[in-house]
Amino acid sequence: MIQAGVIGVGQTKYDAKRRDVSMAGLVREAIDNAMLAANLEWDAIDAVILGKAPDMFEGVIMPELYLADAIGAVGKPVLRVHTAGSVGGSTAVIAASHVCSGQFKTVLTVTFEKQSESNATWALSPRYPYSPHINAGAGGYFAPFIREYIRRYEAPEHIGWKVAAKDRQNALKNPLAHLHIPGIDEKMVSDTPMLWEPLRYLESCPSSDGACAMVITAQDQVGSRNVAWIKGMAVRSEGTLSAGRDEVNPQAGIDCAKDIYNQAGIHNPYNEIDCAEIYVPFSWYEPMWLENLGFCDLGEGWKLTDKDATAIDGGLPFNMSGGVLSSNPIGASGMIRFGEAALQVMGLAEDHQVDDAKVAMGHAYGGAAQFFAMWIVSSSLD
Amino acid sequence: MSAEDTPKDYSESPINLEYFYTAGSATTRFLNQVKEGNIVGQGCPKCKAVYVPPRGSCPRCGVATDIEVPLIDKGCIESFTVVHIPIPGNPIVPPYVCAMIRLDGANISFLHLIQDVDIENIRIGMRIQAVWKPKEEWTHSLENIKWFAPIDEPDVDVATLRFQES
Repeated sequence: MIQAGVIGVGQTKYDAKRRDVSMAGLVREAIDNAMLAANLEWDAIDAVILGKAPDMFEGVIMPELYLADAIGAVGKPVLRVHTAGSVGGSTAVIAASHVCSGQFKTVLTVTFEKQSESNATWALSPRYPYSPHINAGAGGYFAPFIREYIRRYEAPEHIGWKVAAKDRQNALKNPLAHLHIPGIDEKMVSDTPMLWEPLRYLESCPSSDGACAMVITAQDQVGSRNVAWIKGMAVRSEGTLSAGRDEVNPQAGIDCAKDIYNQAGIHNPYNEIDCAEIYVPFSWYEPMWLENLGFCDLGEGWKLTDKDATAIDGGLPFNMSGGVLSSNPIGASGMIRFGEAALQVMGLAEDHQVDDAKVAMGHAYGGAAQFFAMWIVSSSLD
Repeated sequence: MSAEDTPKDYSESPINLEYFYTAGSATTRFLNQVKEGNIVGQGCPKCKAVYVPPRGSCPRCGVATDIEVPLIDKGCIESFTVVHIPIPGNPIVPPYVCAMIRLDGANISFLHLIQDVDIENIRIGMRIQAVWKPKEEWTHSLENIKWFAPIDEPDVDVATLRFQES
């Protein structure tokens, strides 16, 4: 298999409403930044792979067609990826797969959401026929899983506040983050209104406009460029309404993580991974994913969070960029995790850089926590 | 410059889309029973898991769920949340309890309301039973059940609910 690496990551400024740009302008902003970082001309791009969350979020169906000019895809192969909230991650994996397979030498991949064009919460919770209309957004869907996690492992309620405060404190070091909340702390989180018990307002992700792009190329095209080598990548899914499914600790997440650790030769993820960008749209998903991804035993995740292990100077920093809790253009949110992991091992994460980060993980989940995408990137090919 | 003269670079124009929904054979079988006040799940012929509401196939085995399994309208709360935000266009008033309902004999849960109880007394594992609308209001919808209400039976250990192939 051909070795592939990320040679350019480009992001937009994330905000509630990017009224200064159209959808096309938004994706182009991320792409221009990625192409500049990769130091490439357009003719070096062999194909464009685009991902976003459901089209009803903006009401533009198959936007990759109308965006062909903006994404530099005219006359080139285009592929659209669609796996709900995990799409940013799976798009990165699909893009890299096309390089590893030898199909293309260099691929541009981009993901976006312009959520201000409609209302994502209610686009996710339409009235379905023949059933009571009581579903109230993604938070309302995930809150029962979180409640069961808390019951199962007797986790104290401040853990959620702690994650929410920590990720927003990290966001203050990332000028692109949507939410910059000066003085954010646990008390401020716990003082905000309850939305979906046990989740409070500041324990929930914002709704953002934004895009993220990456240039992924084959080893023989890298030259002298700074590169994040892709050491392992995988996607997994499971049946949402399958008997025996454990929504708190989905098997697809466990299997996906094991797959990428095996590919990357990682035996002890907590010790061997220097930092991780993990998809945490609601505070409690940090301890839940710590366990699901094998960083600790079941029931120990909230204790790692409580001991500051996931702080930017902790044993396993999580979401140095501020994470999904600070910027959430849904379709791009997964790729931001993958791209931020790449920036860390390239040493380009500026004020939120983890010292000496050599191996980093990017993670995304979506749908009803049944879609997963993950990768491991490294500063060296060895 | 008056407000009318201020240049606008943005305007909101909501659209309304209506969809025709075809229930499909499995859901049609289920809803025809719901209209009569019966809850009939569908079982997997291979692993024997019982699905309610049924989608017509077992995601575990990839086979059609062609076994009809009549169920009672009692079960337990697998988990729940208390929703504090209103749903636009929906008369339901927050706070309300949205619960994962696991009927006795079923191997997956579905979302429905819990009422007739103080919210602070609702627990994971609590036993509940359907409260039906008057028979003359029944249609092809789980809305025939107004909500589920607690019944005086011992709580269930939800760890015992996980389906395991026998």
